[in-house]
Amino acid sequence: MDLKSTPIPPKRSLGLLRPLKRYFEIYRIMFRNSLIREMNFKANFILWLLVELLWFLGQIIFVEVLFQYVNQIGDWSKWEVVLLIGTHQLIGQLFQAFFYVNVANLPELVRTGKLDFLLLQPIDSQFAVSTRQFGLDNVVNAMVGVGIVVFSLLKLAILPTLGQVGFYIAAVALGVTVHYSIMFFLATMAFWIVRAQGLIYGYYNLFNIARYPEPIFRGVFRFIFSWLIPVIIVANVPAKILIHSFEHPLGLILQLLLPTLLVSVGTRAYWKFALRHYSSASS
Amino acid sequence: MNLTKYYAVFGIGLQNTFVYRWNFLLRSVFGFVPLAGTVFIWRAMFAETGGGRIGGYEYRSMIFYFLLTILAENLITPTEDEWQIASDIREGQINSFLTKPLNYLGYRLTLFLSYRALYTVVTILPIALIFGWFHSFIQLPQHVLTWPLAILSLAMAAGIQFFIAYSLAMLAFWILEISTVVFILYSFEYFLSGHLFPLDIMPTWFTGLLQWLPFTYELYFPIAVFLEKITGRNLLIGLGIQTLWFFLAFLIAKLMWNRGVRRYQAVGG
Repeated sequence: MDLKSTPIPPKRSLGLLRPLKRYFEIYRIMFRNSLIREMNFKANFILWLLVELLWFLGQIIFVEVLFQYVNQIGDWSKWEVVLLIGTHQLIGQLFQAFFYVNVANLPELVRTGKLDFLLLQPIDSQFAVSTRQFGLDNVVNAMVGVGIVVFSLLKLAILPTLGQVGFYIAAVALGVTVHYSIMFFLATMAFWIVRAQGLIYGYYNLFNIARYPEPIFRGVFRFIFSWLIPVIIVANVPAKILIHSFEHPLGLILQLLLPTLLVSVGTRAYWKFALRHYSSASS
Repeated sequence: MNLTKYYAVFGIGLQNTFVYRWNFLLRSVFGFVPLAGTVFIWRAMFAETGGGRIGGYEYRSMIFYFLLTILAENLITPTEDEWQIASDIREGQINSFLTKPLNYLGYRLTLFLSYRALYTVVTILPIALIFGWFHSFIQLPQHVLTWPLAILSLAMAAGIQFFIAYSLAMLAFWILEISTVVFILYSFEYFLSGHLFPLDIMPTWFTGLLQWLPFTYELYFPIAVFLEKITGRNLLIGLGIQTLWFFLAFLIAKLMWNRGVRRYQAVGG
């Protein structure tokens, strides 16, 4: 297909919606490009699928081993924990599908000076950096996460209401935002720290604790990782929306919404600040 | 063999790491978040059992096990070596080694040792603080002989980890992108080497199976020796299997290099 056959829409008066529509159109083109690219490397696609499945399987085995010895961990039963891990998988994989590769590449763009080309484009710089590639294999693995969540619900004999499902989806979207913001924040440090691969490990290490039930955490640690770097609540809040029918979903989601706003606005400001300090490597 | 050149390589390794000191520092700092998660999850586990034992561990010895894994991993686990080797091959950097009287395996091994040495020096302070925080959980070996045996086992574990990483990186001679293969190996190491939990809390049939795989000897085994979980006859058998894996991994590393170089086209040279 000729990519030029889908031009960016001409200027028409659509009011406030116009920029949004333009970004949507740009995203559509990049999305198609990356699907075409991905299908050129089928073996790689299948191998990545396998990698993520293995990691996921290992976590389920871990839960199985733990629950050999106890009936619950911090008032979470086995299938509730499995549901939590499925949710963590869903959020993590959605984040990886849309953003991971792009954000992980940012330090390299800064180091080589290739960032210049993105900054020159007449679109928002954060958008340009974050949306270049899409990972299809991660979507498959996100579906595996959904499967595990549904299976756990069956085991728990819970039939969530439509409202609960709606709030769950909204909470998952907030969770993806948190993953994105935190990793983008880490990657932005690349403007000062030239080789920032260590920051990618930082992402994995931080979200390592996202798959544990919230009540096990205590004290200052709990406060920091619930409010300032909200990794603990990212998967816990959506999971609780499904499990705890006695708690109102609105209250739960607010608990996630505030920190999400905080980290995404903070990251945006940090990015703008970092750009002002950018001295291209190529010039 | 003239060792002076390898001293020089060791120095280069140190300098390489210092250039990227921030990267290095942040990596060490973030590395402690999962440890906190581990402590919290096991505290909750032992709270459920009402202070009972889990697979032969009490709370103190479980936490001490994880402290030892952190220490051991800092000492012996290669961090970026496989990626560097693969990119050396892919981008044709190894051309300069093919023409020099320098053994590439020896060169990489020296770099590995220098990275580990520096990493240990930098992280020793935070690790000492953590050990200080949990000082009442520390259980030193009863037997004097345990010390040298655990250290020997740890050294072999380092060798196995490095040779496996090296062998995998050699795949870059055949395929462009080795990261999938590396991550598949990582996942096995993560779950089966004792990083996530001590292997002996798993069902016996499974640990019996694991006993024959190299993963056990990459991390769990030296720690279990130190904790005197493995003694007597089992200790000798274990050390025997570990020695076999050590030499096997070494031979595979050599073989992969020889095969790879024969195929090599010196792209970019």
